Amino acid sequence: MAHAVNEGSYLTNPKGWKSWLLTLDHKRIGIMYLLFIVISFALGGFFALALRLELLSPAKIIFTAKQYNQLFTLHGAIMVFLFIVPSIPASLGNFVMPLMLGAKDVAFPRLNLASFYIYVFGAIFCVYSMISGAADTGWTFYTPYSTTTNTSVISMTLGAFILGFSSILTGVNFIATIHKMRAKGMNWFRMPLFVWALYATAIIQVLATPVLAITLLLLILERTIGVGIFDPTIGGDPVLFQHFFWFYSHPAVYIMILPAMGIMSELVTTFCRKNIFGYKTIAYSSIAIAIISFLVWGHHLFVSGQSDNAATIFSILTFLVGIPSAIKVFNWLSTMYGGSINLKTPFLYFLSFMVLFCVGGFTGIMLGALSLDVYFHGTYFVVAHFHYVMMGGTVMAFIGGLHYWWPKMFGKMYSEFWGAVACFFIFVGFNMVFFTQFILGAKGMPRRYFNYLDQFQPLHAFSTMGTWVLGLGFLIMAFYLIDSLINGPPAPANPWGGMTLEWHTQSPPVTHNFDVAPVVDHDPYDYRRIDG
Amino acid sequence: MSKQKESLVQHHVAHHFDTAEQEFSTAKLGMWVFLVQELLFFGALFVAFFVFKYLYPEMYVEAHHHLSWKMGALNTIFLITSSFTMVMGVRSAQTNQRRATKNYLFATMLLACSFLVVKYFEYAAKFHHGLLPPHFFFGEGVHQTLPIFFGLYFVMTGLHGIHVLIGIGLIAWLMYRNSRGEFNSEFYTPVEMVGLYWHFVDLVWIFLFPLFYLVG
Amino acid sequence: MAKEVVVESLMKSGSFWFPEGANSITNSVDGLFYFILIGSIILFVGICSTMAYFLYKYRRTEANPVATSHITHSTTLELLWTIIPLILCVIIFWWGYKDFLSMGTPPGSALEIRVIGKKWLWQFEYPKEGVKTLGELVVPVNRPIRLVMGSEDVLHSFFLPNFRIKRDVLPNRYTRLWFQAERMGNFQIFCTEYCGDGHSAMLATLRVVSEAEYQEWLHGGSGDSDEPLPELGKKLYTKNACNTCHSIDGSPSVGPTWKGMYGHKVSLDGGASVDVDDAYIKESIENPKAKIVKGFQPVMPTYAGVLREREMLAIIEYMKSL
Repeated sequence: MAHAVNEGSYLTNPKGWKSWLLTLDHKRIGIMYLLFIVISFALGGFFALALRLELLSPAKIIFTAKQYNQLFTLHGAIMVFLFIVPSIPASLGNFVMPLMLGAKDVAFPRLNLASFYIYVFGAIFCVYSMISGAADTGWTFYTPYSTTTNTSVISMTLGAFILGFSSILTGVNFIATIHKMRAKGMNWFRMPLFVWALYATAIIQVLATPVLAITLLLLILERTIGVGIFDPTIGGDPVLFQHFFWFYSHPAVYIMILPAMGIMSELVTTFCRKNIFGYKTIAYSSIAIAIISFLVWGHHLFVSGQSDNAATIFSILTFLVGIPSAIKVFNWLSTMYGGSINLKTPFLYFLSFMVLFCVGGFTGIMLGALSLDVYFHGTYFVVAHFHYVMMGGTVMAFIGGLHYWWPKMFGKMYSEFWGAVACFFIFVGFNMVFFTQFILGAKGMPRRYFNYLDQFQPLHAFSTMGTWVLGLGFLIMAFYLIDSLINGPPAPANPWGGMTLEWHTQSPPVTHNFDVAPVVDHDPYDYRRIDG
Repeated sequence: MSKQKESLVQHHVAHHFDTAEQEFSTAKLGMWVFLVQELLFFGALFVAFFVFKYLYPEMYVEAHHHLSWKMGALNTIFLITSSFTMVMGVRSAQTNQRRATKNYLFATMLLACSFLVVKYFEYAAKFHHGLLPPHFFFGEGVHQTLPIFFGLYFVMTGLHGIHVLIGIGLIAWLMYRNSRGEFNSEFYTPVEMVGLYWHFVDLVWIFLFPLFYLVG
Repeated sequence: MAKEVVVESLMKSGSFWFPEGANSITNSVDGLFYFILIGSIILFVGICSTMAYFLYKYRRTEANPVATSHITHSTTLELLWTIIPLILCVIIFWWGYKDFLSMGTPPGSALEIRVIGKKWLWQFEYPKEGVKTLGELVVPVNRPIRLVMGSEDVLHSFFLPNFRIKRDVLPNRYTRLWFQAERMGNFQIFCTEYCGDGHSAMLATLRVVSEAEYQEWLHGGSGDSDEPLPELGKKLYTKNACNTCHSIDGSPSVGPTWKGMYGHKVSLDGGASVDVDDAYIKESIENPKAKIVKGFQPVMPTYAGVLREREMLAIIEYMKSL
């Protein structure tokens, strides 16, 4: 089948906004997700700036206690449900994964579009909650506070409930795609590691998210008709909510970090121009993380009055889930050995990830130890820890991946200079904000405090100033990325010398991905084949 | 091509698949994965059910006397039979028997509706006696925690009922497509998928029935 | 009696990381932290310097355009960095587990005190003596203390930073916590489970005193102080956590401000209105949900049985003075 040479890319073919809104093309759906995810990130970031501003002083500055509580709830809920859970899989994953497999599309394109609109629909409820007396429960919605407060909890949880289904359907779609849509010759161990990571992620999405969905539904029903199971006044158990919630939300942490780890494997091979060190170990460790992640939720409940035996088992398993992550870090490091390292913007984010994720991991070990968790639980130490993993890990990888595939997605190059400048501000700002919070937490500062003791002010103020540096970094990034769309030089098909299949088609790709269906006869990062 | 075949709507393999087998096996895998998430969805509710059974065993014994096991058993018969007719429906679609497909699908739908009718009478009785979720509960019982049982009862049977309703809609959609002659031995994916879904709905009830009605 | 209590600073006492410990278990808990910290620093520096060295050594140059090594894996190395972290983790787990167990097992001789958390204050009860206090827990030094804790509304969490202990306080069951103070002093108590608008003001003080002082406080403390009423009221205003919800500068908070309230009419929820006089204030303190000022939620806990008559008068006098 011969296609016209000049049919244009997926961006312009077919034309018209209707063709975008009703598109079944995984690339366009990925781009639409990307747009919404970036908007969500900006919104969540704005709330973060606002609440950090309030914490500049120990007493009230701008907001009341209630408004402050609503701010951190919105920041958490938006960042978790609207940004970080869908971030990498739904945007970059949607765009790149079928290309990497050499497929024309995901297994169920209409379901893919449906997931997107379900996401938008869920987002509408979250926004509605914002303007109708925003929820003030914290993103964890712990009962019985969440069943008794008079703020707009129902629309926020309903939003998260709906977003959950978007996530589940994406997971179903990805599992089917990875099983059934691989190019000829691409067996499981010729798949890029990003695909392995997305596969592990999809398993968690399908197995864990329904439990969150039912939990939030029960919470909604508890507020409307009453179910009783979380209501202590009639014999229910509020701690059961925590078990249900974390049965999802701990694996969800890996929904956030696994795809990020996948991106790391792509970045390190391409920018070192070298095959990955220990392919199978990395692939299997993703699956191991996915499986063990279901068995560790109880480490969020070490001080909630669960039995000592349960706490012991959860602590052991928590350490076990840390091992595969450590293995990955060592493997990435070893991949750099003997490579030819091209220090471009995506690789700067690779390095940032390595540094920040290590800090997040080490503090995770501290929190996994029972006696220390009793002390750190509910303090800023925990806040700092999960920001190091989520933001220092996932967000760094997301930005790295965004820069890596930006030329492929939009066919434009961005400014390397400004890319490096933004990365510097983000890295420095991030550490200013969150390393400070380790000290605050270790000194006993509890989280979710509107007012705090005067003695904590210097550290709080420093942390707040860090958010400005961090914000500046993101602002610079927004400018040069938008500028690249307009003025950027056109990108070649393979600007970084990547080996995986998405670099084998033009930038941006044609609508049907490949002019000739690819046939794979080698490992995904087999640079020896071309470099000798 | 025979005359009969021409009247059928020919199914085209979607552009991103290479073969019809690939398309079919992908759809089947997707459906199974979807059902796994359904299992987890109900699974959490069953866990809640057992947690409170463990906490308040006497209350559960009292509560199940308020439910009519006869109606539950009748409904169980309805659903098991409907699973059978569904299997036969899939089989007929596979073997190009359009008329039989229609009849079996119709029978399945009828049984599903009967299930809901029985459920309606059961619910009406509960409403009458005030055996309702906590906020509306005005029934009489020995145990203070009784409303929890009925909270769970209504949530679990209610969600199952919604699944039955969705099933009825899906079967109606199958009947429409069948009437257009879309299904044959080459292409019967939707019938098979809805069949899988329907068995799942049936299976959930198979668990709900003994747990709620026969728990004593 | 109501002398000014200065709480030990968390920031200024202790090491760079921790506030000065005061519990029998603190050394072991801190020790585990430093053990992990040192291990982490060694690993972290190792990883970062290797990374920096590779970055320099293998940077892409004209002389080094492609990879020089094509090593795909090394089973020995990979096993090594699976097993070594695993061993470290086992040690860390064991250490944490051991301390966690002793945190959960009070000696039988422990002195039992009941703790009630409610929005947004801590109440302590000495069951044998029938003494109740608000916002102030007084215990003797060097004696094991067991707290039996419950909540009247939502979840709270009882946190003593200097003692490295914490436990959630639940509305449907009792949770326990124990400690043995090794030195005297005044220590900070926080609520660390988010519980609403007043969460960050749900503070209390732990006063560790000598055995003699404790006995005197417990038995002799029932005598009223002879402080002038408005001054006593001012102290009670913060000590009993009134300030969590009622401002004294006219700004609205969770509850109505006290400034200029006394002697004026306020409109109530439901349309009626009432004069704010001694009787209304006393009623509102003992049965807060009886007459709610328009625009506020009925969230105040009762103080019946907690305030002595003279303390009640002191608060009324204090309100008058505003």
